Parts: sequence; structure tokens; C-alpha cells
Amino acid sequence: MNPLLSVSGLRVGFGRNPEANEVVRGVSFDLAAGETLAIVGESGSGKSVTALSINRLVDFGGGRILGGSIKLRRAEDSVLDLTTATERQLTRIRGAEIGMIFQEPMTSLNPVLTIGTQIEESFRLHRGLTGRRATAAARDALERVRIPDAARRLNYYPNQLSGGMLQRVMIATALACSPRLLIADEPTTALDVTVQAQIMALLAELKQETGMSMIFITHDIGLVAGIADKVVVMQNGQAVEQGELSQILDHPQHPYTQHLLHAVPHFASGRSTRSDGPRGNMEPAAAALKVQDLMVRFPVTGGFFGRATGAVHAVEGVDFDLMPGETLAIVGESGSGKSTTARAILGLVRSRGSFTIGVRQADAGQSARPVQMVFQNPYSSLNPRLTVESLLAEPVIATGGRVNAQTRAKMVALLDRVSLPENSLERYPHEFSGGQRQRLCIARALMLNPSVVVLDEAVSALDVSVQAKVLELLVDLQRDYGLAYLFISHDMAVVERIAHRIAVIYAGQIVEIGDAKSVLSAPQHPYTKRLIAAVPSIDRRHEHYELDTRQVPSLVRPLGFEPGRAEWTQFGPDHRARAET
Amino acid sequence: MRIFRAIFAHTSGRIGGTIVLLYLFIAALGALGLTPHDPLMQYRVDRLMAPNATYWMGTDLFGRDLASRLMTGIGQSFTVAFFSVAVATLAGTALGLTAAWFGRLWDGAVMRSMDVLLAFPAILLAMLIVAVFGAGTWNSIAAIGIVYTPIFTRVVRGPALSLKTREFVDAARTFGSSGRYILTRHLLLNLVAPLTVQVTLALAWALLTEAGLSFLGLGTQPPAPSLGLMLSDSRNLMETAPWLMIFPGLTIMASILGFNLLGDALRDILDPKTRRSRA
Repeated sequence: MNPLLSVSGLRVGFGRNPEANEVVRGVSFDLAAGETLAIVGESGSGKSVTALSINRLVDFGGGRILGGSIKLRRAEDSVLDLTTATERQLTRIRGAEIGMIFQEPMTSLNPVLTIGTQIEESFRLHRGLTGRRATAAARDALERVRIPDAARRLNYYPNQLSGGMLQRVMIATALACSPRLLIADEPTTALDVTVQAQIMALLAELKQETGMSMIFITHDIGLVAGIADKVVVMQNGQAVEQGELSQILDHPQHPYTQHLLHAVPHFASGRSTRSDGPRGNMEPAAAALKVQDLMVRFPVTGGFFGRATGAVHAVEGVDFDLMPGETLAIVGESGSGKSTTARAILGLVRSRGSFTIGVRQADAGQSARPVQMVFQNPYSSLNPRLTVESLLAEPVIATGGRVNAQTRAKMVALLDRVSLPENSLERYPHEFSGGQRQRLCIARALMLNPSVVVLDEAVSALDVSVQAKVLELLVDLQRDYGLAYLFISHDMAVVERIAHRIAVIYAGQIVEIGDAKSVLSAPQHPYTKRLIAAVPSIDRRHEHYELDTRQVPSLVRPLGFEPGRAEWTQFGPDHRARAET
Repeated sequence: MRIFRAIFAHTSGRIGGTIVLLYLFIAALGALGLTPHDPLMQYRVDRLMAPNATYWMGTDLFGRDLASRLMTGIGQSFTVAFFSVAVATLAGTALGLTAAWFGRLWDGAVMRSMDVLLAFPAILLAMLIVAVFGAGTWNSIAAIGIVYTPIFTRVVRGPALSLKTREFVDAARTFGSSGRYILTRHLLLNLVAPLTVQVTLALAWALLTEAGLSFLGLGTQPPAPSLGLMLSDSRNLMETAPWLMIFPGLTIMASILGFNLLGDALRDILDPKTRRSRA
């Protein structure tokens, strides 16, 4: 049987001298009609460029196809080589025969047009529909991607919809002309896990309904398990291994595939949690951090004079305590208030409630700032204009210290501890990779001998293999210095590796808290169950995830609103969940 | 000295640096009186002569030597341009940074007063200020400085607002860094690129505004020469004595080119990302 798409020996280069900057170096694969091909690789592996070459969008990004062929079998059964197609032919093919969805749904839609207009455009261009018929087609398209109340949502602007909804709109637009091939470039990376699971389930259902082929690009090999038929693993612009899904997952041949499969966090429902927690094995020590009834509210103002009309209850009555040497993971989805909790503890937002910060007995009174933070984005948390030396000196200067030989010795020791080269001090942040920068941030946070380090999505922006190494480093540092970590994350698989205890936060409140093993293996609160069911996993690839279009409730409350006290149910020695009323 | 060497290692810095140094040298000669002729002396017999061996760039309506006048004029114009842009840069950066940092009332007050200043055409506003304080070199420097302050305020405030929300500023707050440290190290240092570009542009505008003020009799007072004044004087004689316009025009053009190239080089040199790759 003839394949729908046949790519052979594809080479793509960038810049003024594309031969010297080859990003894709000889990739070949075939895709039959109705099949799904997953292209897996880390950042810089050339996976996106490969996909963008297929609809030749790569030309607009400064790329040039240097060799090879991309043969697409068209509807009338003629074969067209896309590498030599004219721009006019390509315009007709893009959208009509090859649809595409991108990573960032928020920026892929035009913010000043309603989503209805944007979906209609696709029908107008490729099908020649106008007026009421285009509107009807757009409504059908939205219904097809399971958007409830489609007729009304046509008049919504992108900012009125959540990320998951927008990604559905993008899918609806891409599918508007029933393309025979859909390219999805990391379509769920920017989304929460439960939303990701919904989009994945939707894509699988739509593929069944329409019989289209799909190319699915991702960095997460766990994610492709549920959807792909064939997998291509890419590294440095080359396809190092390709084959049937089960063969790649169960019998990987190439060392890189094995490495990738090993490095991807495997979610094991609590079977691989850490067991070196400080609780239980000795007499209760003083908590490193005790947070009681923490509350953060942002006023909502309205009217001409900006009077307060209500408040966003971003964090509501959060309490927990954290022992020295312990990791408490706070998990939740975007908007749940987990980052706001961290920022409140660091004093970056105004809050009510109390926190007591314990001082380590060993070096009592040594640290002027016992709580330090490592931020999510290693690219924006280091000032690009300062050398590493100035960056590491800043906390010392800020707390009134002097930069002298002793401080410098400490810098060198810390850099060595986080495995950065010795000559790093005179270098600038841009000379380091993402993982190295995150190590720098960790070193900077340790300059003040903190007892608590808040890690706000500290490994989320890193590639999986780098992520694994940084996690190892964090565990080592915790053992060496007796640090307490507040580990904020949306990624259950990462949390399973590092946490001793887990607090699940939903709509600004902790709904379940307890030791990691109990929470992950026997979740009690319905939200925790939903969260855990949504984690993509190689082991659970045959399980079906139910589509669920519920949205997070609004946290805007009228003035003077006071929430009721929470009722807790105890499930184990260290495991309790909020009782839902 | 290190920055000097870096400028001359940079392609456009070499050209720009040479041009600017050459101008400074000529201005110095002019200031020391080392000109071929007395710039103010009127050689009545030799009025409106085309460039020749005695008068290298010709003479003007009053028989004054154009080359000598250009040499002294460069000094006068550069003084006004440099100092007025320095005033505008300092005032504008300070206002823009504090407006972005403190926000609320201060931001509102600063930005609305800048809007008022921007509402007037530059030359009208400069005239107004000079009319109030009197004509003269230092007053026109102040006037031009004030006129260009709002532009710097805006150029600084925008990026400063976005830098303020960057994670490295949050990180600095978690260490307890002082406001002054954050403002200078984290905000100002990252504003160097837009500021250099703006300074090179403003130098060119300032030269022209000074010309406008002088033309209206409010800037450099005749018979003292300035580049702008000479250019505007040449207007009526454009057809009979084109050299009167061509030479001051070329001088202004080349100086602006020099500033721009030098600015480009400085921007690259001060940015750690491009510094290494060129070295």
C-alpha cells in the first residue's frame, strides 16, 4: 500500500550558511493513512523542524531544505514532492490537506477577533463558505471538539477561554477542512495534566472519527504511549531509532532511546517514593517552617473610582509544617494558588496568617534569610548582564555582608558542589545551558545558608535527562545540608521522585495532605483522584481516560465573604483529606 | 582604556570612533584658534568665493572663511549637543526609572507632565524656555535638554516596567536586596541597549534643534558660528554659493553617522552576549 506521506533523507539547515548549520540531518519515515506517528526528542533534536518542513512553514523561520524529499499523496492520488512545490501549491495544501496545531494556544489565536471569526476564516478560504453557512460550519466544528454551548462560544474572544478550551478551538480550526494529515507540535505541553489528558483523549477520538493521519511531536515519551502507532526517536537531527510503538517502548535498541525511557519520570502510583523522610524515625524535631492559616487575597476593583468590589481568594487557609531535611511537594494545576503560596512565604505578595521559621540548631542565627527560592525559568531568573560572581555575591551584599576571600571561597565550593566548572565565576549566564543555569540558581540560593528552599517548578522547564540530574543533585544537597524543600510542581511523576509528603492544592485550598506514598497510592479526595488518573504513563497506556469538561471554579468572591471552616477526614497516621460538602 | 581598545576592535566602532575623534581634534584646533583664518574676520573683497587654495571651502556673504568657521562651529555645536543630551539622558532616565519603580501617584504625575511636554512641538517649547531665561549657550543647552527629557523617560519606563516583573528582580527581593541595588544593577544595566540607541539619535536631533534655535536668534548669537546656524544662513544663497550649504551639511551628516556607528559598537560591547563572540 502506498503511504500517505513519505519522507526520505530530509536535511534542513538554518542561517546564512545552511550547510554548516544543519539541524535535521537525513531523516526518513513513512506514514500510512490513518496512522499516528510520534516524533520524540529533547529540545534541539530537530523534531519540530522536521514537522515544520512537511508543510514548509520552516521557510518562514529562516530554514532551508537542503536535500531529500517529502512526498505527499494528494486526494486525487497524485504524488507531490513538497520540497519542490511552489508557494501557490503550498498555500492550497496548508490547512486543506495538512492541518497544524501549535504548542501555545494562547498565542496561536488572534486576540482581537472572536474565535468564531477565526474558525470561519478557515471555511471561507478553503471551502468558499460565507455568511450563515460559514457560521453553521464553525459551530459544528466546535461541537466536534466537545466544546459545550458552542453557539454562544463563537462570539467569545480568546481571552475569555481557558488554555484547554483554546487548544480545542485550535484543533477545531485545524480540522475545519478535514485535512488528511494533522501535525500536532507539542500540543499539550503548555497545559495542565488533567487538561492534557482531555486533549489527548479528544485527539484519539477525533482520529477514530475522521480516519486522518497524525504526526505528534513531543518531548514526553510517556505521552505518546496512548496515541501513537509508530515512533521516531530523534537526537541531534537524526532519527536514532524508529519502529512500532510496542517495539520501541518494550524493546528499545538504541542507547539513547533506552536512556530517554529511563529518564522520563515513570509514574508508579506511589511505589517509588522516597523513604528517607525525617518523620517517624526519631522524636519530633522543631519544624523548619510552620505555616498557619495562610491567606492571600487580591482585591478586585470596579467603577470609576476603583472601589473594591470583591476579592480573588487566591490562597485560603493553608496550613502545613515542614521538618528539616524533608520535602513537601505542593501539587496543583495552574491557577490553584500553589505559586502564590510560595510567593507569600517569601514575602513577595502580601498575605495574612502566620508562619514560623525554625532555625537549625547547628548554626543558629547564622542565616539572615532562612528561606530561599529557586524559580521556574532559568532563563529569566538570572540577570543576563551580570557575571556569575556578581550574581552569587548579590545575596551576600543584600544582607549586609562583604565580598572577600572567604565569600569567594564559598562561591567556588558551591559551584563545585553543583558540578559547574571552576572558571564559571567570570562567565555570563548566557554561556550556560538551561540545566546549568538552574544549578547556578540553586548555588545562589545556598549562598545564605538557608534552612528552607522553595523550589517553584524548578525542574519543569528542563529536558527530561537534565531534569533527572538536577533532581539527584537536590536530593544530595538535602542530605548534606539538612535542607527542607517546599517543592512546587504540577508534575506528579517528578513529585513522586522527590517528595516525602504531598499537599494537593485546589482552588486556593489544600484538599489533601499526607505522606507521599499514601497520597499517591490511595488518593482520597476526588480532585486528587482525577489528577492522578490524568498522569500519562507507559504502564497505563491501555487505560481509557474519560473526557471531562469541568472547569476550575471562579475564585472571585464578594466583599466580606468568609469561607466556612474545613472538615478533615483522617485516613492514616499522616494522611488526611478535606471532606466535600 | 579597555573599552577604547574594544571599540577599535569592533568594525563599525573603528569607523565611528575615528570620525568622532577627528571631530574632537578639529574642535580642539578651533577652540585654540589654530584655524587657517580668523573665523570672524570679514574679507570684504573676497565675498562669496568658491573653494580655492586660500579659502579651502570658500567664503560667505561677508567674506568670512568657511573652513575656519566650520572648525569653531563644530566645537560650539558639539558642546550644545553633548551637554543637552547628557541633561536629557540623566533627567529622563531618573524620571523613567523611578516612575516605573514606584508606580501609582508618582508614575502618574511624571508621565502626565511628560505628556504635557510632548504635546508642544520641540522647537516651540525650546523657544519658550529660552524666551523666559534669555538666550545663550547654557540656556539653549538647558532648553534642548528639557525638550528631549520626555523621550528618554518613555524609552526607559517601558522596558523598566517589564524588567521589574522579571524573575531575577523577584529573586533579588527574596535576598532582601535594596531598592537602589535592584534599580542600578538589575534595571539600569539592562537598559543600556535602548539608551545607547536613543542617545545617538538624540545627538543628531539636538544638533538640528540648536540650528533651529540659532536661526530664530535664540541659540548661538551671531557672529559666532555654529553648524546649524551656518546651514540655515546658507539657505538664501543655495543657488549662487552652494558650498555654503554643502560643507556644513556634510559636516553634520558625517558627525551623525559617526555617533550612530559608535553607538552601535557600544551597544554590542556592553552586551555580554555579543562581547565574547567578537573577541
